[in-house]
Amino acid sequence: MEVIQLIIGGLANGCIYGLVALGFVMIYKSSEGVNFAQGDMMMLGAFIALGLGNADELGLPFWLAVPLAIAIMFGVGWGVERVVVRKLFGQPQFALVILTIALGFVFRFVAGSIWGYSPLVLETPFAGRNLGGGGLVISLADLVAIVVTLVLTLVLWLFFARTKVGLAAQAASQNQMAAYIVGVPVMRINSLTWGLAGAVATVAGVLYATRGAIDPNIGLLGIKAFAAAVIGGLGSLPGALIGGLIIGVVEPLAGRYIPGELSKMSPYIIMLVVLVTRPGGLFAQMHAKKV
Amino acid sequence: MRIVFKTSYDSDIDLHEHWRRRAKYAVLVGIMALLPFLVGEYYLAEAANTLIWALAGMGLMIAVGHTGQVSLGHAAFLAIGAYTDAALMNVGVPFWIAFPAAGLMAGVFGAIIAIPAVRMSGIYLAIATLAVFVIVEELVIMLEPITGGVGGIMAPSITAFGISFDRYGALGNFYWLILAVVVLVTWGYANLMRSPTGRSFLAVRDSEVSARALGINVTRTKALAFGLSSGVTGLAGALMGHYIGFFNYELFSIFISINLLLVVTIGGLGFIQGAFLGAILITGMPQVIAILRDSLNANFGINIGAVPGLDTMLFSVILILFIIFEPTGLYGRWLKIRTWFEIFPLARRDMFRRHKTYLKTERMK
Amino acid sequence: MSLLDVENLAIHFGGVKAVDGVSFSVDPGEVFAIIGPNGAGKSTIFNLISRIYEPTHGTIRFDGQDITGFKAHDIARLGIARTFQNIELFDHSTVLDNLLMGRHTHRATNFVQDILFLPKVRREERAHRERVEEVIEFLELEAYRKKRIEGLPYGVRKVVEIGRALAIGPKLILLDEPASGLSVEETQDVAYWIEDMRRDMGLTVLMVEHDMSLVTQVSDRVLAVANGRPLAMGTAAEVQADPGVQAAYLGTGAAA
Repeated sequence: MEVIQLIIGGLANGCIYGLVALGFVMIYKSSEGVNFAQGDMMMLGAFIALGLGNADELGLPFWLAVPLAIAIMFGVGWGVERVVVRKLFGQPQFALVILTIALGFVFRFVAGSIWGYSPLVLETPFAGRNLGGGGLVISLADLVAIVVTLVLTLVLWLFFARTKVGLAAQAASQNQMAAYIVGVPVMRINSLTWGLAGAVATVAGVLYATRGAIDPNIGLLGIKAFAAAVIGGLGSLPGALIGGLIIGVVEPLAGRYIPGELSKMSPYIIMLVVLVTRPGGLFAQMHAKKV
Repeated sequence: MRIVFKTSYDSDIDLHEHWRRRAKYAVLVGIMALLPFLVGEYYLAEAANTLIWALAGMGLMIAVGHTGQVSLGHAAFLAIGAYTDAALMNVGVPFWIAFPAAGLMAGVFGAIIAIPAVRMSGIYLAIATLAVFVIVEELVIMLEPITGGVGGIMAPSITAFGISFDRYGALGNFYWLILAVVVLVTWGYANLMRSPTGRSFLAVRDSEVSARALGINVTRTKALAFGLSSGVTGLAGALMGHYIGFFNYELFSIFISINLLLVVTIGGLGFIQGAFLGAILITGMPQVIAILRDSLNANFGINIGAVPGLDTMLFSVILILFIIFEPTGLYGRWLKIRTWFEIFPLARRDMFRRHKTYLKTERMK
Repeated sequence: MSLLDVENLAIHFGGVKAVDGVSFSVDPGEVFAIIGPNGAGKSTIFNLISRIYEPTHGTIRFDGQDITGFKAHDIARLGIARTFQNIELFDHSTVLDNLLMGRHTHRATNFVQDILFLPKVRREERAHRERVEEVIEFLELEAYRKKRIEGLPYGVRKVVEIGRALAIGPKLILLDEPASGLSVEETQDVAYWIEDMRRDMGLTVLMVEHDMSLVTQVSDRVLAVANGRPLAMGTAAEVQADPGVQAAYLGTGAAA
């Protein structure tokens, strides 16, 4: 029973890693760049929802505050692409890595200046409510996290695989110049993807906040989510989710059965093993460069 | 503009193509060597700190700037260097053995992890180094008997050949020691870059397929570069340990890795000089902020002292501005200014136009 | 005895047979051209010889030695140099440094000696430089010696690539479309250089080319391929007259 309990908690955790990983993958899919600020965007999204919804802040109802926060973060993502990321067009990938790391620090500073550095709790309708049965206790927050993540992944996957805009985004990632020439509005699609990444990050942030307190440093969770994205393969949306779930489940199990520090390393060891054995991730899309 | 008339291939092989430039560097090193007589203890310590950062920056520059391997985990090698040196000295090994051992340990560790990692392309390597960083951090906490765990470890005072290089007791000597290490490493680095090994690094950075076609073993070259990179960073870590005195794993946080990246990027990727300029910026910045803070407080009554994280925030903004407007960094900017003056009034705007390369996917069907 | 022997070479990417049952041999001092429509598998043959791709079956022998199991970075040491269809130069280095990188297989110092820059390193550097200067003189690149690749015009870059391959000091040089994108005058230069490489340097040339005027002018023998399969081999005139080759180019489908 205890193991099942651990696995369920792990799955819920893994869903949040998976959602942040989805953000990485989306941006990678459309521009083959990596947004190292994704974790901090999650943090910022959670804080914005908190700022709008908590009684001692703006006090909006939860069901209004969350969509509003998602919309704001969509705008933030969009704006970041328009104002900063776009300027890097034509520079090596490495520039974007450093730029987004720096952006992460800026987000953290913004959140810290407004909401301070001590942990805060987001007020949610599902706080502390549990569903029980057969000796298992499942918190409502865990269940919500799992359901929302599955639905969101499906929607995003359909978007990239089935819609015209989604396909155009993939084309843009494989050869910007060629996509541009055949009439794909590369720039607009990049902005859209960044906006979406901001929105997904907010969902992840809110789900995270329903399960515990938040502070400006929770963005560091992005590193684990990153491991998840890599395990799944940076180009695959379902892969990101599965990577997240693997890490989410392994973590509590390792914590239970392996000595302390070693268990903390487990996500990264899994990732390194995957990288060494399958350099492109479990759902690899990498092929050698053509000459 | 100075025209150098070359009469032998040696003038291209030499480190400096003109004696005046060589003289400039000699004067610079001379002034650095005289610094203990010119400034007080506080600024001397700051200068030592800057040199240590420049050393670590040179380490990272080998990997990022000259071989194109982005590492987000170089703080791990600082840590390995610092702990190896301190742990060896704590069991009685003299500094002149412990110090090179620290560099060697970090270098070998770097090369070993690089061998599987070099199969990965850019982004993946960056992520792998991040993971290695986290693993090293946890290892440091685990290996408590050697590293002191969470509690920390003391880097003993350095004495070699009967002379004290104590961080506090003999700061001048300690500074000279650091300066000597930095000058030696810089010289070796500059030699490397004018030799076949350095050229193979650049080849691997710019085109792996053609490097292979020229007979360059890409895996071995990358592993060597990464090993040298982490080795030099390890040396810097050992010195940093002595500079701080007493430290635990928190000294080598992820932020240090990021700061190191900042040093090489803002300084100027692909230029040894860039590591120094970047180090000056990153160690000088907190001083400037402190001065600004005091003057704002005194003159306008605005107290920004209460805003935590302001330093990091400012660094980040500077970094963003540099990446957007001057990707070649401080040294690149300086080269442009120098050229502008040298050929005055013939400089034109589009002389320095950036050559853009359009992204082509690495994923191919 | 022939210098390069390719026997029944094939590579399949999934279901696609990019190269299928290609055999040919190149004699020492010969200029051998491979022609064919786009996507015929010409560059793939080059990539197989330079060991970037792993053949599905078949063998490649160079100088009597089976090199099918060799690694890509071991090929240059044997004396095989190549250029690339879409120019793969080291963009941020100067022309001189690019050519010096071609001397890698001849380096006699290790990295420790390099770091200390021992007198031996300097001696070696001078020797490399002398060899590279010969290449610079041959290809008339004097004006560009200290220029960085990224600012150079396309035609010059193509020449630098040939120069870098020559700096290896090879026995066999693989030229992947040396004339593509060049003007008529530049193409003529390439033709003279190929002649000189063979006559003065004793090189064997294997090239892939679309420009039939260049092929006719310089090559001793021509192999035509289509859809990964060999169509015809012989002199340029014979191959051009082959009905299968004409059909492949005109797309009547009779070749299949």
